[in-house]
Amino acid sequence: MREIMIDIRNLVKKVFIGSPNELQILKNITMTVYKGEFVSIVGASGSGKTTLMNVIGVLDRPTSGEYLLDGKPMQKKSDNELSDIRNKKIGFVFQTFNLIPRNSALKNVELPMLYAGLNRQQRLQKAKELLELVGMLERMYHLPNELSGGEKQRVAISRALANDPAIILADEPTGALDSATGRVVMDLFHKVHETRGTTVVLVTHNHELAEETERIITLKDGSIVDEKTNPNYRTFTMKRGEMNAFH
Amino acid sequence: MLFIENIVLALSALQVNKMRAFLTMTGIVIGIASVIAIVCIGNSLTASITTTMESMGANTIIVSIRERGGNEFDGGPRMPGISAATPEESDLLTDEDLETFIARFSDRIETISLSHGVGSGKAQEGRLYANVSVTGVNAGYAKANNLELLAGRFIAAKDIKGVKKVAVVSDRLINNIFSAGTDPLGREVKIYSDRIETYTIVGVYKYEASAFAPSSASEKDTLTHFYIPISLAKQDAVMKNYQVFTVITKTGVDAALFTREIEEYFAKVYENNAKWEAGVMNMESAISNMTSMLGTVSIAVAVIAAISLLVGGIGVMNIMLVSVTERTREIGTRKALGARSSYIKAQFIVEAVIICVIGGVIGIVLGLLLGALGANLLGFPATASPAVIAISVSVTILIGIFFGYYPANKAAKLDPIEALRYE
Ligand SMILES: Nc1ncnc2c1ncn2[C@@H]1O[C@H](COP(=O)(O)OP(=O)(O)OP(=O)(O)O)[C@@H](O)[C@H]1O
Ligand SMILES: [Mg+2]
Repeated sequence: MREIMIDIRNLVKKVFIGSPNELQILKNITMTVYKGEFVSIVGASGSGKTTLMNVIGVLDRPTSGEYLLDGKPMQKKSDNELSDIRNKKIGFVFQTFNLIPRNSALKNVELPMLYAGLNRQQRLQKAKELLELVGMLERMYHLPNELSGGEKQRVAISRALANDPAIILADEPTGALDSATGRVVMDLFHKVHETRGTTVVLVTHNHELAEETERIITLKDGSIVDEKTNPNYRTFTMKRGEMNAFH
Repeated sequence: MLFIENIVLALSALQVNKMRAFLTMTGIVIGIASVIAIVCIGNSLTASITTTMESMGANTIIVSIRERGGNEFDGGPRMPGISAATPEESDLLTDEDLETFIARFSDRIETISLSHGVGSGKAQEGRLYANVSVTGVNAGYAKANNLELLAGRFIAAKDIKGVKKVAVVSDRLINNIFSAGTDPLGREVKIYSDRIETYTIVGVYKYEASAFAPSSASEKDTLTHFYIPISLAKQDAVMKNYQVFTVITKTGVDAALFTREIEEYFAKVYENNAKWEAGVMNMESAISNMTSMLGTVSIAVAVIAAISLLVGGIGVMNIMLVSVTERTREIGTRKALGARSSYIKAQFIVEAVIICVIGGVIGIVLGLLLGALGANLLGFPATASPAVIAISVSVTILIGIFFGYYPANKAAKLDPIEALRYE
């Protein structure tokens, strides 16, 4: 039996726009993600993917329903506890990168470790390792606006990995990139997933990319309308393996 | 550790928009600079004046002939020479007037002090020299000015009566023009001014730098008083009579009460003089007048500074609010990466404090320069007050915390979802 990492039951998210009107963005969502799984979430724009990711990443609290992260209920956690969980257990990757513009690539990667209370030495060493992992070590002193989109996203991925999170939450990480660059970024997620065993939840509009993951969850108007285990996943990883061996 | 990171972060944030940060600081700069400058000038003024006045002592009463209807504060004397009009010889006090006055109050007057500045010159002895200010004095002068006699005697009544060419000189002068070990008493010294005069030294007093004659010059060039009999000094003076003299009361005399009596006495003497009158002032009351005046000025400046700091603080708050809005997305990102609200709050407060402290430091430097300049123009040595500098720095920190708190709290309370959605 695989251990469960994300366990969501009957989750509802409403937003209130004026007192009589309430908008139900997520409707009775029940889903499970196993430890070390690579899952993708697809769906039309406005279907609630980002909202769901925010709940999974404990940035947002659901209106009702249960959420257990790594077996622990999240409902009663204080804001500070949720901050610490985001810091240590979760790595966010955004479509628009969201690097801190005034900070170098290195400082950006150090940031989550700073919040975790690591000392300078530890931060520096880890940040360099992570930048090397994504092939951005030579650019570590560059500011975000000196980097291309793909390079920014690689820095953002190493930042997401800073505190060795159990989960990577990537919301359309290739959405702002061309397909070749998107490929490089996608390969990085595979690399992280395979070498570190990190659970990855990927939101994407790109069906080809979704086809590379173990399971595809489809959202429509705030509900899960389809969920299928990807039969091509094994062959895909084998293909990657062959490719790596070939190179 | 987070604190230091916060400071680095704040500095980098300020660097992005240097001009804006600088403009934001101006209110703080002006507020702090004005406080420091005024305190600096006030301190030098108070220090100088009180030491001078205290050296004169509380048992000193100054009588000066001044124009009627002047607007001098609280009956203080005009400094001779400030008065626009020049008195006639007949408006001033003669030797006889003084003698009558002393005789009238002989039970309470210890002595009176008279002086008359002749001008400056050079005492020369071979290639050696000393700068002097030749001053005619009477016997009471030494007591009124607390002169400490090191050798010989002071100018005495017989020197004045005989118009003797004798002098009492400073130890500085002795050191400057005589070789060590020389007994100066009885030696002659030549004074070069517009002409050459020779005097016999009868006494040596201990030189002390005073507020009104700061010893900014080197020891060799210090200007010291060269006392000669007043009768000798008055020989070439335009006015033979006296405009100012100082009364030293006997111990145990109530100076304030006696001042009033002297006032009444001279009011009678000048009863028929339409233009001139005698102003009588006691040192004690003068000091308290001066202190209270400085106090008033200080309060006025403190109010101006407080307003300026308030405006400056509001400016800082305004710019921090702008900054929070500009960096909404960044704040959202930081929260997503695990920053606690308290950390975001600290980040923005530190940034506000840094703006204020940089402004404060610029203000302190500017204030010290202005203060030194002001004190210099007034002719006093500038005294900086470390306490006021420390207080200024603390005040700027407090302003930063106070006015940075609201924007920082706003930043800390931002909903991360909203912040990340922010375009
Ligand atoms: N604070 C809010 N107030 C009102 N409506 C909201 C709010 N947050 C989200 N929504 C609505 O909820 C719906 C789902 O939003 P969400 O961002 O989760 O969609 P998405 O699937 O990520 O879309 P996209 O693919 O365009 O990123 C949208 O219709 C959006 O307008
Ligand atoms: Mg979205």
